Amino acid sequence: MTKQDPQTLPRSAVTEKIELGLAKRHRREKIFRAFGLTAVIFGFMLVFFLLFDITSKALPAFHQHWVKVDVNYSAKNLRYSAGDDLANLSYRNTLRKSIYEQFPDVKARRDKRKLNGLFSSNAEFAIKEHLQANPEYLGTTQPVWVRVDDDVDVYLKEVEVLGEPLVRIDQKEAQWVKTLVENGAIEERFNVEFFTSSDSREPELAGVRGALTGTLLTMVVTLVLSFPLGVAAAVYLEEFAPKNRWTDMIEVNINNLAAVPSIIFGLLGLAVIINLFGMPRSAPLVGGIVLTLMTLPTIIIASRASIKAVPPSIREAAMGLGASRVQTTFSHVLPMAMPGILTGTIIGMAQALGETAPLLMIGMVAFIVDVPSSFTDASTVMPVQIFLWADSPERSFLAKTSAAILVLLGFLFLMNASAAYLRRRFESK
Amino acid sequence: MNNVMTSQNLTSGDIAINGSVGTPFCDDAKMSMRNVNVFYAENQAIHDVSLDLAKNQVTALIGPSGCGKSTFLRCINRMNDLIPQCKVTGSFVMDGAELYDKKMDPVLLRARVGMVFQKPNPFPKSIYENVAYGPKIHGLATSKSELDDIVETSLQKAGLFNEVKDRLDKPGTGLSGGQQQRLCIARTIAVSPEVILMDEPASALDPIATAVIEELISELKEKYTIAIVTHSMQQAARVSQKTAYFHLGKLVEMGDTKQIFTNPSHQLTENYISGRFG
Repeated sequence: MTKQDPQTLPRSAVTEKIELGLAKRHRREKIFRAFGLTAVIFGFMLVFFLLFDITSKALPAFHQHWVKVDVNYSAKNLRYSAGDDLANLSYRNTLRKSIYEQFPDVKARRDKRKLNGLFSSNAEFAIKEHLQANPEYLGTTQPVWVRVDDDVDVYLKEVEVLGEPLVRIDQKEAQWVKTLVENGAIEERFNVEFFTSSDSREPELAGVRGALTGTLLTMVVTLVLSFPLGVAAAVYLEEFAPKNRWTDMIEVNINNLAAVPSIIFGLLGLAVIINLFGMPRSAPLVGGIVLTLMTLPTIIIASRASIKAVPPSIREAAMGLGASRVQTTFSHVLPMAMPGILTGTIIGMAQALGETAPLLMIGMVAFIVDVPSSFTDASTVMPVQIFLWADSPERSFLAKTSAAILVLLGFLFLMNASAAYLRRRFESK
Repeated sequence: MNNVMTSQNLTSGDIAINGSVGTPFCDDAKMSMRNVNVFYAENQAIHDVSLDLAKNQVTALIGPSGCGKSTFLRCINRMNDLIPQCKVTGSFVMDGAELYDKKMDPVLLRARVGMVFQKPNPFPKSIYENVAYGPKIHGLATSKSELDDIVETSLQKAGLFNEVKDRLDKPGTGLSGGQQQRLCIARTIAVSPEVILMDEPASALDPIATAVIEELISELKEKYTIAIVTHSMQQAARVSQKTAYFHLGKLVEMGDTKQIFTNPSHQLTENYISGRFG
């Protein structure tokens, strides 16, 4: 029997044929839905696991243990004679003598050194500031709260959590710490310094402010350069450029540029921007320019797609009224394309935010203690800071690394939120 | 005799088009097109068309799909300039000036020859902004109140003002299809053009909205010269004074609408208007 034309089949037979295939079609749909749902759940679980892990590791970094020292500001300890400048007294000696007074049993030199090691190396500067702020304390004994050493800090945190410490702290030291805790001389405080101070070799003093400022400055440079350049290039290529072999070649090359490994841009920055143009090393300005090179293709490609998606009828409407090409572009095409352009920009900026490789080449990987105050100051950025801390042996940096990741994610979140807000505003227009 | 005609011999070269018949020219022409040829890359879309648009009259361009009537219309205000492969030859004269002259600024031309498109295409902005955009870019209003006046009179002329006067700041895209098309007409007349080109302005609208638009066209012809492309022969018969019938890129016949619809001279015109194809 030859195949019948479905048009000529009796209606019921056509229906039967459709019904035959129906079960299979529904099954396929169900399988696909299940697959999609699984993918979404899997993705969510990964993100949740990541956030949970990072957050739980980061939490200790937001607290810091402080210890109370009854500092004896005697003239003898300070080696003070009348008329001396308060800035140049022997605070280290004062601190040590005061600590020994608190632990009269400790006699041996080695033990004394260990005892000193329980306090942050910054403690002598803390008591110096304390006395300078209150000169009338000269000759009296005053309680001063100073940070504990990072090993003690981690020990205390791990005792809390695990009941048993994992750190290198011997029994004698543990006993002293216990005594301090029992005397109420140890207190846990919110670690404001994590946000207000810069990198340090001492984990208890290290903070993200320098890197965060560096990231902010770098991102400002990147945004200010890449957004107008990218949008202008996209508008020109989409609305004004003739369609010929040259523009085709430019398009192919822009697409290629988006796939270039980022470290290449770093090499370019080093060779051209630093060596040829003589711009300063490690500066957010140079970092921003390098990241602009990296971000531009992303912004151009997204903007072009978004401009292309604006219906031609809108252009015709404006041109038909006698608007020039530029007027048409700026009053109608760009506002309608703006949500897509912003999405592309935020994707490019997020990439740039997490980038370390190109910045390694231009010296933004250095250990920098000062908070950068201008675009040409030496600085580092958050991902580099995370890398540096992750690389450090001190156990306290473990929590700091996670905390810095959280701060970076928070920064990203803020950036995305502002882009979403702007997008909403353009869409509602 | 076999009375059944196939679509083949109704539409194809069996019936020769040797130049156009009827009266394509008139004495009080606003625009005169002579020997117009249009090419899209290698394809010739318009073959040697010559016709006049009479002043303060509605000229309907009719014909089957792909006959080049829209292409011809778009040449009149140089919208085809925007299509890179499109090449136009021949002469377009408005009030004695050649439109395709190098000295003719297409921006100025499009301000003088407005266009209403097939699909209503309001800007995604407020109703007020839609109408005010043209006067704004051409600097037609020196003050806010003057601009308000232009917007109001344009909307009134388009018969839309009473429906939208309370929501001028609401987006133009929120109007119904018919209202959107009238908004587009208001937007066009806000620039005070001399000629209005309409490319199937009512094809996306229901009969009621169509009737409103048609009435509007009849009123507008008092002040403007109008050319309208339409697929609806009833519409052409209702609104136009002159009708031009296009077929395969050629002007077959042109003349007074009454005469074209009652007593066409060409066999193809007769086949088309009697509904045997198209």
